[in-house]
Amino acid sequence: MKTMLRGNEAVAYAFKLAKINVFPMFPITPSTLVPEMISKFVANGELDAEFIPLDSEHSAISAAIGASLKGARVGTATASQGLALMHEILFIASGMRLPIVMGIGNRALSAPINIWCDHQDTMAERDAGWLQFYAESNQEGLDLILMAFKISEDKRVLLPSMVGLDAFVLTHTMEPVDIPEQDQVDEFLGEFKARYRTLDTKNPATFGAFGSPRHYMEFRYAQHLAMERAKHVIDEVFKEFGEKFGRNYSKINEEFTEDADIVFITMGSCTGTAREFIKMKRKEGKKIGLIKITVFRPFPKDEIRKALKGKKVVAVIDRNFSPGFGGAVYGEVLATMYGETETKIIDFIVGLGGRDITFQTFEKVLEIAEKSLEGEVEKINWIEVDKEAVEKEEMK
Amino acid sequence: MKNDWLFAPGHGMCAGCAAPIIVKHILAISGENTIVVNATGCLEVATTEYPRTAWRIPWVHVAFENAAAVASGIEAAMKKQGEKANIICFGGDGGTADIGMQALSGMVERGHNVLYVMYDNEAYMNTGIQRSGATPYGAWTTTSEVGMVNPIGNIRPKKPVAEIMVAHRAAYVATVNIAFLRDFKRKVEKAFSIDGPRFLHAISTCPTGWRSDPSKGIEIIKLATETGLFPLWESEHGEDIKITYKPKFLPIEEYLKTQGRFRHLLKQPEYIERIKEDLKAWWRRHGVEI
Repeated sequence: MKTMLRGNEAVAYAFKLAKINVFPMFPITPSTLVPEMISKFVANGELDAEFIPLDSEHSAISAAIGASLKGARVGTATASQGLALMHEILFIASGMRLPIVMGIGNRALSAPINIWCDHQDTMAERDAGWLQFYAESNQEGLDLILMAFKISEDKRVLLPSMVGLDAFVLTHTMEPVDIPEQDQVDEFLGEFKARYRTLDTKNPATFGAFGSPRHYMEFRYAQHLAMERAKHVIDEVFKEFGEKFGRNYSKINEEFTEDADIVFITMGSCTGTAREFIKMKRKEGKKIGLIKITVFRPFPKDEIRKALKGKKVVAVIDRNFSPGFGGAVYGEVLATMYGETETKIIDFIVGLGGRDITFQTFEKVLEIAEKSLEGEVEKINWIEVDKEAVEKEEMK
Repeated sequence: MKNDWLFAPGHGMCAGCAAPIIVKHILAISGENTIVVNATGCLEVATTEYPRTAWRIPWVHVAFENAAAVASGIEAAMKKQGEKANIICFGGDGGTADIGMQALSGMVERGHNVLYVMYDNEAYMNTGIQRSGATPYGAWTTTSEVGMVNPIGNIRPKKPVAEIMVAHRAAYVATVNIAFLRDFKRKVEKAFSIDGPRFLHAISTCPTGWRSDPSKGIEIIKLATETGLFPLWESEHGEDIKITYKPKFLPIEEYLKTQGRFRHLLKQPEYIERIKEDLKAWWRRHGVEI
């Protein structure tokens, strides 16, 4: 049955359906409704979990590690500055190979302080050793949280996951969402059992030991192998989910790409706008395709390389920016496509700090992409930014 | 002879360091049904170099500032699992009084059933003797250097962490000194008999940072208490503190002269006077004239 849910509610329902044991939290806009909902679920007995309201996001993720290491299924949610405050501990969660799942309300980073959507917060954590999923819709948010538990907890993976939902556009916007039946989810996830060594007084072990240069690299290599294995496990779990729930997922989603000369690459909620824009343009006879990236870590290199092979132009829509380089997705696509010299890859920095991404935005993207068919264009393009105002101010 | 301490020998802690002695006596009382969370610091680094460990009970280290938060998560998971075990955090003064203060405050305020032990060697010793909030007035460290402009060294008084825990109305707070083993054991036993957040402040000699004779580790901290500088007391649920040992009130110079970190003070009696005045004021507040 479909229910109207905000993205945050979809995430909270996913945690409830996953029957998390412990939910450590610290509130932050735009993800605060997730812990509020969990608090309500726990208070009225709908969810039998320990709810810990911590003193910071840093403490929240630290408590998540403690609980996970004690053998509990753990979920939490945060965004932006909160995720940045967790930064140090994110690496420890993955280094200790704990399958924690975290919902993110993707939001810009300060300064200036801004509560609206972009992907800078999670992009800044792409090296933290967490699996990263990006939702296009609230339904995807719910489904991806459920699947993230199954993937993270798989013995071949044992790495934490974060699932991003765009701030406000998804977190605060109502959409029809199919909330799966509990028994179906129980069957899909199975009863939680820690498939890793835990803090057990009957079987004592030391966790978080000091790793000298003689041993450290092997731990990192093991993480690399786990990420590589995750690629396969993700496919498996996506397939099983599709069979059980009738909603199909893949690491990247290709639409209209077969005959396309120009391919847009998107992540998150702006995909919907891009899709409608492309449909409109195709009616005008323009051969444009769309690739949505759902899984950013592990990065789906093989799938992207295959999908983009022989394409003339790739327009990467980056809702983030690495000063001194360009968009993060652009960098990854560029590296993935190394050697494919006939494909031009162009970066578009759009929608930072919640600036709306509209048909107009994509018109400008398309204009530059089409121009590149005939000649050279800028590699990094800032779209819908008041360059004049900035230049004037800088001259002062 | 079989060594069956839960904290095993063969670790890399310095000769004369009091921390391992403190830890092994606490674990002896706590027993096997114990989980330890260790903040980053000497104790963590020197006892767990992979693949070896000195810990014969489940032990975890996550980072410097979050032992209390990690313990909060463990305790929550145990509640859910219906398990009971002693959870102990060990943190140095840096990991407790400074960088870990917020997490500790939160853990105590939320009422987690955890015993937090601060082993206090009065500076960041693991990184090489830098001042912490728990460094006493007049101590030399590598970041409170003594010179022409600053003849004192650390110019701020020691942060009263245990008293801050009393103000949190922690279930049990006590200062302990391993040189007073009977008082030490009684307090540790009492700490394990009470539910809720508990805090022990243990003074801990650091021969390396204190510039003291490693063979005098316990004697030196004994002097800390006998001079009145490290008073032994306890408090339950935020009640007024109760002194548990009446010191001999030996001249504080007896303590200061055992350590190179105070050497410069001995030539400057005016600063020693200031320490004496603070000491008198503390004891006066607790009903003792010295």
